Amino acid sequence: MRALLLIAPLLAFVLITFVMPIADMLFRSVENGIVSDILPRTSAAIKDWNSQGVDDLPHENVYRNLLVDLTIAVKRRTQTRVGSRLNYEAAGISSSFRRVGRGLRSFNTEPYSNYFIHQDENWGDTGYLEQLFSNPRISAALPSSASAFRTWQTDFSSDQIITPDDFVFVALASDLSTLANDKVSDLGIDSLRTAHADIDQLSTSSIKHMFIEFDKNWGDVNLWKTIKTFSPRYTDGYFLNAVDLKRGIDGVERRDQSERIYLVLFVRTAVMSLTITVLCILLGYPVAYLLAHLPLRKANLLLILVLLPFWTSLLVRTSAWKVLLQQEGVINDILVTIGLVDDAARLVMINNQFGTIVAMSHILLPFMILPLYSVMKTIPPSYIRAARSLGATPFTAFWRVYFPQSLPGIGAGSVLVFILAVGYYITPELVGGVKGTFISNRIAYHISSSLNWGLGAALGTLLLVAVLILYWVYDRIVGIDNVKLG
Amino acid sequence: MKFSKVLTATSSAVGLVVAGSSLFAMDLTVVSWGGAYSQSQIDAYHDPYMAKNPDVNFIYDESGAESVARLRAMKEANNLTWDLVDAVASDAIRLCDEGLAMPIDADAVLASAPDGTPASEDFGDLIINECFIPQIVYSTTFGYRTDVDEWNGRTPSTVCDVFDLKNFPGKRALEKRPINNMEWALHCDGVALSDVYDVLSSDEGVARALAKLDTIKDQVIWWSAGADTPQLLADGEIVMGSTYNGRLFNLIVEKGAPVDMLWDAQAFDLDGWIIPSGLPADRLEAVFDFVNFATDTQRLADQAKYISYGPARKSSAPLVGKHATLGVEMGPHMPTAPENSRNVLIYDYVWWADFRDDLDQRFQAWLAQ
Amino acid sequence: MTESDNEFVCFKNVQKSYDGKILVVKDLNLSIGRGEFLTMLGPSGSGKTTCLLMLAGFETATHGQILLDGKTINNIPPHKRGIGMVFQNYALFPHMSVEENLSFPLEVRSMGRSMREQKVKHALDMVQMSEFATRRPSQLSGGQQQRIALARALVFEPELVLMDEPLGALDKQLREHMQFEIKHLHERLKVTVVYVTHDQTEALTMSDRVAVFDDGIIQQLASPDTLYEEPINSFVAQFVGENNTLTGVVEKIDKSSATVRLDSGDMISAMPVNIHKSGERTQVSIRPERVETDMKRLPEGGYTISAEVLEFIYMGDVFRTRLKVAGNDDFIVKSRNSPDQSRLTPGETIKIGWLPQDCRALDA
Repeated sequence: MRALLLIAPLLAFVLITFVMPIADMLFRSVENGIVSDILPRTSAAIKDWNSQGVDDLPHENVYRNLLVDLTIAVKRRTQTRVGSRLNYEAAGISSSFRRVGRGLRSFNTEPYSNYFIHQDENWGDTGYLEQLFSNPRISAALPSSASAFRTWQTDFSSDQIITPDDFVFVALASDLSTLANDKVSDLGIDSLRTAHADIDQLSTSSIKHMFIEFDKNWGDVNLWKTIKTFSPRYTDGYFLNAVDLKRGIDGVERRDQSERIYLVLFVRTAVMSLTITVLCILLGYPVAYLLAHLPLRKANLLLILVLLPFWTSLLVRTSAWKVLLQQEGVINDILVTIGLVDDAARLVMINNQFGTIVAMSHILLPFMILPLYSVMKTIPPSYIRAARSLGATPFTAFWRVYFPQSLPGIGAGSVLVFILAVGYYITPELVGGVKGTFISNRIAYHISSSLNWGLGAALGTLLLVAVLILYWVYDRIVGIDNVKLG
Repeated sequence: MKFSKVLTATSSAVGLVVAGSSLFAMDLTVVSWGGAYSQSQIDAYHDPYMAKNPDVNFIYDESGAESVARLRAMKEANNLTWDLVDAVASDAIRLCDEGLAMPIDADAVLASAPDGTPASEDFGDLIINECFIPQIVYSTTFGYRTDVDEWNGRTPSTVCDVFDLKNFPGKRALEKRPINNMEWALHCDGVALSDVYDVLSSDEGVARALAKLDTIKDQVIWWSAGADTPQLLADGEIVMGSTYNGRLFNLIVEKGAPVDMLWDAQAFDLDGWIIPSGLPADRLEAVFDFVNFATDTQRLADQAKYISYGPARKSSAPLVGKHATLGVEMGPHMPTAPENSRNVLIYDYVWWADFRDDLDQRFQAWLAQ
Repeated sequence: MTESDNEFVCFKNVQKSYDGKILVVKDLNLSIGRGEFLTMLGPSGSGKTTCLLMLAGFETATHGQILLDGKTINNIPPHKRGIGMVFQNYALFPHMSVEENLSFPLEVRSMGRSMREQKVKHALDMVQMSEFATRRPSQLSGGQQQRIALARALVFEPELVLMDEPLGALDKQLREHMQFEIKHLHERLKVTVVYVTHDQTEALTMSDRVAVFDDGIIQQLASPDTLYEEPINSFVAQFVGENNTLTGVVEKIDKSSATVRLDSGDMISAMPVNIHKSGERTQVSIRPERVETDMKRLPEGGYTISAEVLEFIYMGDVFRTRLKVAGNDDFIVKSRNSPDQSRLTPGETIKIGWLPQDCRALDA
């Protein structure tokens, strides 16, 4: 118990700074409440719609509910968000939502309020509606209109207005037209029965027609399929997107050629990170060996040189590589001066994969050298001597005796470098151009620019899973016990 | 002064008066874009304001490019830490549409012109929606090196020379987003500037613009920070590149680099303040007071002494004079100067607010291919 | 024995300096016979390990020649010398099993698999470790590791095996046991062994000859009994075995005896070893077990002197008595615990005696 108390602060810290953000990320990658939160009535109404062809659009009532939802969303300034969300799945939806949000007030919905109020003046009185909807049976039978009225009361009404806005009546029309005769009779309200009898009259003022008239996209079956597909609260859409798939008309399918980017990026990230890791081993091993075998004073000086990059800012180091590698840069200048490269054919070493690999290898090199160094320090020189005395040539002694013992260092360094490389995005962004960027750059883009956090989270989750799998495989092959930091 | 009400409220609520100004000093976090632009704001607005109001202390944040993302995150976390944000027009529309920026009544909040013209009239069309408080008119345009041997003495005269690799070989820098690039591409593919948005509204138009960009894709370095292009031009890494005109002014006039401006088809855009929605009353009052000061006729004219962006008020235009340290006449360097604006792309921020998500998605996918 | 059998290993005028100024090994001349067990004994820093490393090829001689079986090996790299070596901490390769460790020297000699297996098995049998063939070194005890290290150094049948304080890390009992095992192995295999230690008991127990090192020079090279009984200088006398020293001045000297006036004024007679003329200062050395406290047992011709008992220690098989003799209050006498041996009480003054030939007058 006391032990638990002692580690409690650390536990809380880890929980808050590590576990919770990851859990949040996992949740966001499947969470999809936005459509059903902002378009609740439309989501409910579209459930029964199953398109049979390109001309088989949703029923008029779906459009009526959309109008109600959008009117409320515009008031609350949330319509653009549902548009942005659906736009991730099918580019083009966002503009439809944004424009209709702005154009909604041009829709002529007056026939709806007129229809009811001309039948019975009570319909225009908030008090009457209040009384009507306070009856639970009626609220249950007329769900869209009940909730629309409540929202109107909280978000729209003021003391001066006693007649609800048109959208409440549009909702009422939608509810009534779906009810059977006997159900309406059961409710026992005369005004409802009267209104129900002639409700088909309103089809002349078709909301569906108004939407399509305003923007022909609302007559596109695919747009509605997208809304229907993504109205549930949880979705696999982000994950499908993250592996270049989408939930199309007939289930999961590959994305269009022009939209497939993530698998390529995952593979590129893995291949380039691996290249960087190998490069770090090749460059770091001799340095670590020197460090471990030089006299102390010289070794300390070398160690400072190795650590120097740690003490300079990442941006400074990356910028330095820019200065070195660019076409008018130092390396090209030298090559041109000594005549190795023609002035007109300067080497392109930056804004491509080469630039990323060079700069990242440099930045990550200490993470390879330090574990290697500390492992090598623990290998006594007598092993090499023993091997030599047993008849091994210097190379055999190194390869059969020294190298295997330094493997834990290589393992630790590789795991560190690879995992760091996979997650890097600042350096690739600065020196990688278009071809030298990683999946993490896309994650950063989705988190800070496109604001598609769901997709960013899905990509991040996949990256996390990939790293965990790698870790597991590594444990299987090498054994995590064999990873030593010294 | 306006803080007096806050002061009395605070002291009466606490029930005692604590001496010392620190208790009543207000820290206002103002978000802008950094670099020469932020400096011009500090010189023209913040420093004079603080001189008059010692109780106010500004904290400068340079996350202007991420304002939409950050404000959305703050709203989700219910922890608003920004008080005033400098945003470009299309971001301002997005923020306003999403309810992240608060609507304001221009005539009530902003100062009238010296001649009494109300703010709404003085700013005119530049108040693009109910949340936006305009500051400057700037443009995105091209600069090119004047010492490229391969060009054999030719100099670019139209924006379409950017797409002409035969006569103007070399790397060029374009911004890593579809805005402006798509319009220029279509324009150079034979679409009149006035028609570009109609054409871009269709899938075919987008494909056409991307196809045109494909012809130079190999030679393009994509920038994302305003300082990139001037740096690349100065280093000779690129032969031409797009950026904000103020940055090019800085490179050419202040630093004397062998670079010239290509004003053709410059894309006009606006930049201004938005106030995040949900500020507590006392902070809001302080922000209003600052904004009222910072967007008055004299202050906007003052800013043009430090950077070549046009003031958003009509009444400021006659007050624009010489650069504060260089002494050059700023008028001819403004994007709005007649000789610079013979052929301009009127950047349609409303269209972009609608289509940004769509085109971003397509453009980024195209870029990653 | 042929000439080359007497000079299987030969150091000729060998010098070694690490920094170019201080000689760690000064003009070393040493011949080791084929099949001999030679121990290099000395305190740390005496140059013994450097000699071993030069022989193994891990250090190069600054000057002089090292010969193995008649051939100069100065410029031959270690792996071509064919010398087996056992290290202080065994240096068993931790990433290889016992078998693999033993197989390693055979593999690098490109020996066939079946041959290797046979030899490894044989070597393991030799040290009675067959059942541990598949273990990792870390799963073995110190003594077991020591045996594997031995087996590994012998498995490729070198004619010369070097051992660098191989028992240093073992506890006393195990160490004594291993001493005999190594000794027996040596006798069985007839291999030449050069053994480095700072433990004189080890050196005396195991060796055919012992080279006592100090200050980069061999002080004495002799068989263990000669070394013990006839040390040629006071360093060897002090370093090998326990020793009582009395200091004084040579009064008179002839071929077989010398008279020494001790600093206390007593005159004693001693055997001159490395004193040359009268008036010279000398250290007279007497082994504690050669001093008699019981005058009845003192043979004819013994020299007697009075002593004060300071301390009496009962040690089981022996009694150890500390006396004050001629001003030296750290004079030790060891007497066998026999039934008639008297036990002394501190404070009493007694007579002690020794034979003049046991009393060696050495350099001061």
